[in-house]
Parts: sequence; C-alpha cells; structure tokens
Amino acid sequence: MAQTRRDFIGMALGGITAVGGVCTLGAMKKSWDPLPSVQSAGFVTVDVSTIQEGEARSFQWRGKPIFVLRKSADTPKNAKRDVVIGEKVFTLVIGLCTHLGCIPSYDAKQKSFICACHGGVFDASGINTFGPPPRPLDIPPFKIAGESLVLGEEGEEYKKLTAKKA
Amino acid sequence: MAEIRKSEGLIDWLDQRLAVKAFMRVMMTEYWIPKNINFLWAMGVVLVVLFGVLLVTGLLLLMYYKPDINLAFDSVNYTIMQEVEYGWLWRHMHGVAASATFLIIYIHLFTGIYYGSYKKGREMIWITGMVLFIAFSAEAFSGYMLPWGQMSYWAAQVITNLFSGIPVIGDDVVIWIRGDYVVADATLTRFFMLHVVLLPLVIIVVIAVHFYSLRFPHVNNQDSEELNFDVEAKKFLDGRKKESKVVPFWPVFLSKDFFVVGAFMTFFFLLCCYHFDFAMDPINFEPANSMKTPAHIYPEWYFLWNYEVLRGFFFDIAGIAAMDIGLIAFVIANIVFMVLPFLDRNPMNTAPAHKRPLFKYWFWILVVDMIVLTVYGKLPPTGVNAWVGFFAAIIFLGLFIALPFITKHEAKGDVQ
Amino acid sequence: MRELKILAIVIFFTAVTYWGVEPYAHSQMHPHVAPADFNFKDIQPLALNGNNENGKTLVEANCIACHSIKSLGLEAPMSNDDAASAYGVVPPDLSHAGVIYDKNYLAGFLKDPVNATKLSHKFGDTKPYAMPSYSFLSDQEIADIVAYLKNVVATKPTDKMVFEEACGRCHSMKYDSFKAQTSSTFMKNYLGAEAPDLSMMIRSKKAEYLTPFINEPLKMVEGIAMPRVGLTAASQEQVIAYMENVGDRKKAEREDLGLKLIGFMAIFTLIAYAWKVRIWKEVA
Ligand code: HEM
Ligand code: FES
Repeated sequence: MAQTRRDFIGMALGGITAVGGVCTLGAMKKSWDPLPSVQSAGFVTVDVSTIQEGEARSFQWRGKPIFVLRKSADTPKNAKRDVVIGEKVFTLVIGLCTHLGCIPSYDAKQKSFICACHGGVFDASGINTFGPPPRPLDIPPFKIAGESLVLGEEGEEYKKLTAKKA
Repeated sequence: MAEIRKSEGLIDWLDQRLAVKAFMRVMMTEYWIPKNINFLWAMGVVLVVLFGVLLVTGLLLLMYYKPDINLAFDSVNYTIMQEVEYGWLWRHMHGVAASATFLIIYIHLFTGIYYGSYKKGREMIWITGMVLFIAFSAEAFSGYMLPWGQMSYWAAQVITNLFSGIPVIGDDVVIWIRGDYVVADATLTRFFMLHVVLLPLVIIVVIAVHFYSLRFPHVNNQDSEELNFDVEAKKFLDGRKKESKVVPFWPVFLSKDFFVVGAFMTFFFLLCCYHFDFAMDPINFEPANSMKTPAHIYPEWYFLWNYEVLRGFFFDIAGIAAMDIGLIAFVIANIVFMVLPFLDRNPMNTAPAHKRPLFKYWFWILVVDMIVLTVYGKLPPTGVNAWVGFFAAIIFLGLFIALPFITKHEAKGDVQ
Repeated sequence: MRELKILAIVIFFTAVTYWGVEPYAHSQMHPHVAPADFNFKDIQPLALNGNNENGKTLVEANCIACHSIKSLGLEAPMSNDDAASAYGVVPPDLSHAGVIYDKNYLAGFLKDPVNATKLSHKFGDTKPYAMPSYSFLSDQEIADIVAYLKNVVATKPTDKMVFEEACGRCHSMKYDSFKAQTSSTFMKNYLGAEAPDLSMMIRSKKAEYLTPFINEPLKMVEGIAMPRVGLTAASQEQVIAYMENVGDRKKAEREDLGLKLIGFMAIFTLIAYAWKVRIWKEVA
C-alpha cells in the first residue's frame, strides 16, 4: 500500500515537472519568434513610370529586394505572371532566389535572372529554367495605383494572378 | 571523513581537502600513454591550446564588440582593429585560430580513421569527437556572423535558408531561427548569444566528456597493438622504463606535445601576421548589404566539402527536385562520420590502413575526394566545375555505401 | 624517419588544399586583367607646350565660375549642397589638379569629359554630364589651361589631399572622419548608385585589385557608375597609401610584431625540443 502510494506521488511529481518543462520550452520557443513590430511589416509604394523597356530596377520591401522588369516588345509574355499597366508589361518579383535566398542579377543580354550562388537561372518572367531553384521567383502582394505599385497590399490584379496559378 | 592533521605545507594542506595528489596521479603522472605513437597523437593537445587561444582572444574582443547591426561592423573594424591596443592581434588570432582549429580537427579525424581508432571500445571517443566537430562548426558559423560583413550576412542568409528544405514547416522554421523574414538584427543578437555563451559552454562540457571517454580504452598506437596497461604501467613504476611500452602523460607524453605545439604555434603566428586572408575573407571587410549579393559567395574553407555535396546535385533526378537531393545529401554528409564505427563491419581489426588490403584504398580515395570537394566548393558552379562537383559528391556518398561491404569482405579475409 | 614521412604527407595534402582554395580559386574567380594604363593610350596625347599666362586668363574666364582653387584663395561660388543640387555633383577643387591628374588625360577630359571618364553608359544627350565639353577651344588653349593648372601647384599635395580632391567628392572615409562633399542622396540621383565608404576598401579589395581598378573602373566591373578619374601613377599610389593608412593603420605594427612572435615561438620550440630529448632519454 505504502509502496503504491509513494509510486503515485513520485509519478505525480515527475508528471508536474514534465508539464512545467514543456511549458517552459514553449515559452522559450516563443521568445525566438519574430517580434510583433517585425511581423507588421509596412507597405511600400514604388513608381514604375520611369522604367525603360528592358530595364530592371530594384526596390526594397520588408527588408527584401524587389525586382521590377519592364519587358521589351520582343520578350515573351506570360499571362500567368505579368503585371500589366496600360501598354506596359512588367515582371514583378521578390529578388531572392528560391533556392537558398541569394539575390540573382538581371542579365539584359540573356534576358534572364542569374543567381551566382549555385548557378540558378530564371527567365524574364521569373520562371526557373536551370539549376537547383525549385520554383519560380515569388510575386509579392501588390496593388496597382496609377503608374505605381503598392507592395504589401493584395489588390485585384494580385488576386487574379494567384487565382490563375492555382 | 579523512582525518585532518596540521599540514606540512600548501600542497599537503590542499591534499587533505581536495586530494590533489591522487588527482594528479590519475590525471597526469599515472595516466598511461603508449610509447609507440607519432606526432599525430599530439593533435588533441594542439586543439586544446587553440581552444584556449579562442577563449582568451574572444574575451578580449568582447570588451569592445557591439552586437547591433548598426554598430557591429565599425566596432570590429574601427574600434578593435584600429583603436584598441593590440585589438588587431586578438582579432587576427581569433580568426586564424578558428580556421587552424578546423585544419587540426581534420588531421585528427583522418588520423583516427587511418589507425582504426574509432572502433573496438573507442566508439564513444569517436562519437564525442564528432559532436565536438559539429559544435565547433556551429560556433564558427555563429562567430562568422558577428563582424556583420558581406560574407557574414550572405552566409547566414544561405545557411539559415537550408532549413526551408524541412517538409511542411520549413519556411516557418527559417523565420523562427532568424527572428525576422530576412537575416536582421534579431538574428545577429541571438547568434551572438550562441557564440559567446551557449556554444562555448557546450564545447567545454563535451571536451570533458571526450577526455573522460578516453580513459577507459586508452589511446590507440601506431600498430594497434593490444597493450595490457596494468602490466606495462607496473614495469614503468618499477623503474624498467625503457622496457615498458607506456609512458605517463606528464611529463613524458606532454614533453613531446609541447614541442609539437611550439612548432605549430610558430607557423600559427606566421599566418596571423602575414597570411590571414584564407581565414578572414577580404569580402567580409565590406559592410553587410542586404540588397546586394557578392559576385562569388562561398563559406569558409572548412565547410566547403560539405557545401559542395549540397551544391553538387544541380539537376532533378528521377523526378526528385535538385534542391531536395542536395539537401538530403548534405544532411547525410553531416552525420555520416558520426556513424562510421557502425558502418565498419570489421570491428575487431584495428590495424592501420596500410595493413588493410581494401580499406587502404578507401581511405586515400576519401581524402582525395574531400579535397576535390573542398576546392570545387569554392569555384563558381558553372560548366565543368558543376560536373566535377557532382561526381565528387557521388563518390563521397558512394564511399560510405561501399564501406560496410568492403570491411565485411576484409573481415572474411581475416578469418581465413 | 617515419615521423618525417608522415609530416611530409600531412604538409602535402594541406598545401594542395590551400593552393586549391586560395591561389587557384582566386585565379578562377578573378580572371587576370591588363595592368593599369597610366599612358591613357585611348586619349590623344597633348603635343603642344602651354602658355601659363594665357592659361590663367582662360581658367579665370571659364573654370572658376564653378570650381574653387583654394590654394589661391578662390573659394567655390556655392556651398556643397547647392552645387550638388545645381550640377548633380560637387565640382572638384583645382588646387592640385595639375599634378594629381595626368596631363594628357586632363586635355582629353576638357575636350570630351564623357569619353575621358568612360561614362558614356551613364551620360549622353538626354542626361548631359555636369562638366561641359570644351571642344570648342583650340588645342593650344587646352594646353595653356593644363600648363596653368600645373603651375598653380606650389607644394606637393599630401596623400590625404589627393584623396579628398580626386575621390572625396563622391566617397566618404568614415574612419578618418571625412564625409563625401556630395551627399549620398545627390549621388544616387547623379550616378544611379551610392558611392561606398572607402574606409575598409584596402582590406576588402586589396592594393592589387585597387591598382588596375582606380585607373579604369569600367574595365573591372561591367556597367559601374564610377568614372575614370585620370590619376597619374604617383598620385594613385598616394591614394592607395592613404587608404592603407586609414583602413589598415596597424600594418607596420603587425609586420613588425609578427617577426617577434615567430622568433619567440621558435626559441620556445627549440627549448621544448631539448627538454623532450632529455626526458625521453630515460624512457626510450
Ligand atoms: C570554439 C571556439 C570558437 C570558434 C571556432 C570561433 C570562431 C569565430 C569566428 C570564425 C569569428 C569571426 C572572425 C572574424 O572574421 O573576425 C569569431 C568572432 C568572434 N568571436 Fe569567436 N570563436 C570561438 C570561441 C569564442 C569564444 C569562447 C568567445 C567569447 C567568449 C568568442 C567571441 C567572439 C567575438 C566577440 C567575435 C566577434 C569579433 C570579430 O569578429 O572579430 N569566440 N569567432
Ligand atoms: S541561392 Fe540561387 S541557386 Fe542557390
């Protein structure tokens, strides 16, 4: 009798310690999470009216580089990815290689984004064509406002593009 | 409790309270080391010295280092390098010692493989050694981030991104590790914590366990001869020192190690003052810029073989994405040495590699292949380079697949 | 004997690895480039001898509307920020221009600045270069200006002065508390890129890279916004010396202390060897 009682108390002690331990680990895990101020990332408006045909320009949004490429007439279009403002056709992507996150650079001669880190290549629409990158460059949420793009806001056109993808 | 007498002196006073004499006997004067060993057995002591150098110089750097993305670069490159008296020396010693540590670890590791010192009772020494290797890797990686230069930033960016390969939760894990969507201030401060407190503590504990695990099987010797340490020790204590096959750790074994350490440190200071670029990459003297990846990015040389295994798989095979194959190979490469004792199916034969018919080739192919991986891990991954990397990575994995068969085959030969 | 053999093997594999990751890898990543060309072969050399007096008149009529010549007490007509917003970039002071820049380069620059600086990818008819072209002057007049600018220089400029006049319009040197004359917002508009701070460039790029680079940036980096500034070999050495003085100021101490540390360890090693021999005599 005394034996089982001690066992029970011992197990209860072990049990409550374990619960406390798990809760503590949970708290520690949360301390490592991004802060609220980091999570509530801002919106950025970028003016794309001055970009020349065939020119790629980079902007910064949530600490990430954003590429806006204005496609020249002879660059293949891609209805699933292009951002069209009036006559102008743009490729809008997050400039981080989908492999391991280096910043590819746009090579106007080859009309591709080339990642120096492990040799990944993306075409002018941001689709991976060679090397280890597993998927096309990501498109950031955006809204078209006149000749500008508001990054971070999910506008009509963004929703249309994501719908087409699915 | 022992009877406390009036002490005859400081040593005796301490001995009554801390048993220092017994302690010295166990740790030093009656800790037996085989005579038949060469300077490769001094690498352990060299590593202890290097760790000491890292600890002391690290503490000195800490006095002026500032873990903040706006201050870190200048605190290192201006305050420490140009203002603090001898600050440059501590930094160069710290950076070069980190690199030199890995050189010695690799020599130490290959010595262990060559002389079969990872099996027949020495498995725990081997495993704790590999844990040390991983802890040192984490320590070096986190330290490399601290100066917040271009290589610090981009190495952190690429390496933390590796975790995105974990199925389902990968992307969240990456953000969790960084504490931000990209490598940022939160990342720097947490890696600072890891680098100066948690990981050094872990390393010190694991070093202690590594040494402890050595006491029972003792260190190996050049011919893997089985020694009866009790008998040999008795010979030595009886004064038949020349006949005995063992020597005490102190002063005999260490007297040789001091010489090796001296020779090594001469070379070390040559590197510190004149040839430090290999350990302190020039690109890292450019401040971190999250909007521009350097034209060539590569990890420190000691991670290159590993990195090339990751990078070697650059095209999809049988429907599996290139990235996934690379990641799986990378994970395997990181742990495969740990399980070496269990891949070797000839556990009783501990003869050095040159006396083992097949293992000998296995060993030298491994050395050459890892050097090829290291060199190609730095070159731009284009054209022929990509293919060399691919085949070297295949050979690397193949070697470990072949090892059980090779050793099993050898074991059969031994029996006959 | 056996230990020496093992040592040779260890050294061999270490050396091969070192060779592969350092000299060999760098030779692959940074292909060899032609050495710096201080003759400015692409620019027609100045054949005439200039007349100092005439040059003075020309400079006063044409140059000091924008440029200062501080050594003569001629201050710039505008503050740095005003000048930067008017021209895009602060015009350089001309106190030492005559010795800092190569004379053929100077002549070529006066005639066709965009060509001399190799900035045709940045400036053209739609976006004119801040410095107007003086192609309407005769060769003799150009020679006169160059002669005058050289004559104006009374004392050899210090390393720091060369840096400030040649590079300091765009680049800062934070570790020497020097701020670029043109502030970074203007720079971005002007060249489409900010000019980096040069404090640690001597360590990140090294003198071997800087030598051909400063002489002709476009040769080293495709599409780069930095102009060819036309330094003579001597003034480029001064610039590099200044960069080293700021970014690697402990170099002399390092190279001196290195010998002492190596010497100390060598003596330690010898004594350790002697001790080892004595101890091992008893046991082996
Ligand atoms: C296992 C041993 C260690 C290794 C492998 C290691 C490695 C490194 C590396 C590679 C760097 C970057 C060096 C550079 O580029 O300048 C670094 C920096 C640093 N380490 Fe360590 N370290 C070790 C131990 C320690 C310890 C024990 C401390 C402090 C108690 C420490 C404090 C620092 C500090 C403050 C920096 C930043 C200053 C700098 O960048 O020069 N380290 N470490
Ligand atoms: S990060 Fe771009 S290919 Fe690996």
